[in-house]
Amino acid sequence: MTHVGYLIAGWGITMGTLAFYAVRLVRRGRELSGRVPDAHRRWLEDQGSDDA
Amino acid sequence: MAEESTITASARDTTGSRGSRLLGVATLVGLAVLGVLAFVLTDPDVRIHPSTGDEFGQFDAVRMLYVHVPLAVMTYLAYGLCAVASLGVLIRRTPWWDVTAHAAAEVGTVFCGLVLVTGSIWGRPVWNTWWEWGDVRLMTTLVLFLMFAGYLALRRTTGDPRTVSRRAAVVALIAVLDLPLVNRSVEWWENRTLHQQSTLGELKIEDLTLFTLMLGFLVLGMVLAWLLLHRFRVGWLERAALDHSVAAAIAERRGETPDEELRRAVGDSPESSDRDSDPEAGRP
Repeated sequence: MTHVGYLIAGWGITMGTLAFYAVRLVRRGRELSGRVPDAHRRWLEDQGSDDA
Repeated sequence: MAEESTITASARDTTGSRGSRLLGVATLVGLAVLGVLAFVLTDPDVRIHPSTGDEFGQFDAVRMLYVHVPLAVMTYLAYGLCAVASLGVLIRRTPWWDVTAHAAAEVGTVFCGLVLVTGSIWGRPVWNTWWEWGDVRLMTTLVLFLMFAGYLALRRTTGDPRTVSRRAAVVALIAVLDLPLVNRSVEWWENRTLHQQSTLGELKIEDLTLFTLMLGFLVLGMVLAWLLLHRFRVGWLERAALDHSVAAAIAERRGETPDEELRRAVGDSPESSDRDSDPEAGRP
């Protein structure tokens, strides 16, 4: 295979950046979710139980 | 008490839902399949020169295009959504449009940055240069990225949130005018770009290469949808947390301050409220 270094860099930066951004969003969402009542999280399917 | 149970219920402290979790799993599977197709099952771009018989083409660097091209198309989609939502901000003036516009701009800028980086890495072995300042598509894409970076900077400024969101909406609508320039630049200025014209429109690629590229569109589209969904929810929660903290501060202040003192502080003394409620009071 040719250009292995370029491929690793390109795919690695892409997947790494997307993963980093996704994890950051999830963490920020968790932090914020703990600060607001359930009523503001309208995407929770089951607003009454803890297993949603 | 209800607030306490909300805070301790860590299992519920998430922006995920059943649908977004399914989408996330499907996206991860899709990325794995895309990786196998891109690196194992597809062939490198090797062509034989008809007169000299020499090999030429992109060789294995073509595998970069399975993410670079879909990332570019998803950037268009995200910024297009931002423009539609910005129109919604100006016309409807509801938080839903504002949060959507902000989410689309941020995710779009992540994608646009990756388009520039992956394009540059692909260009080094294929064009023998990391960057070409005279290339119209590169420059219009860079301008697009910088304009939306400016949009995101504007969103972070302090001030009346409604004013900031309206100004940001105007910036987004101006910035998005660059999108058709980026997309059509290879045809409008074909002598001023290293980029080739669209190979998809005339289906110059075929078989597994075409399938892998199409899968790239699908999977990167799923990545975009997942990120947009979660970024929207984070934005929604940011607004809710702000409203909630303001309401809590007011309630706390009311609890700490005797009613009489609070009324005096806001110019609503018992005497004045009696007077306000009595239409005859204060008359000569």
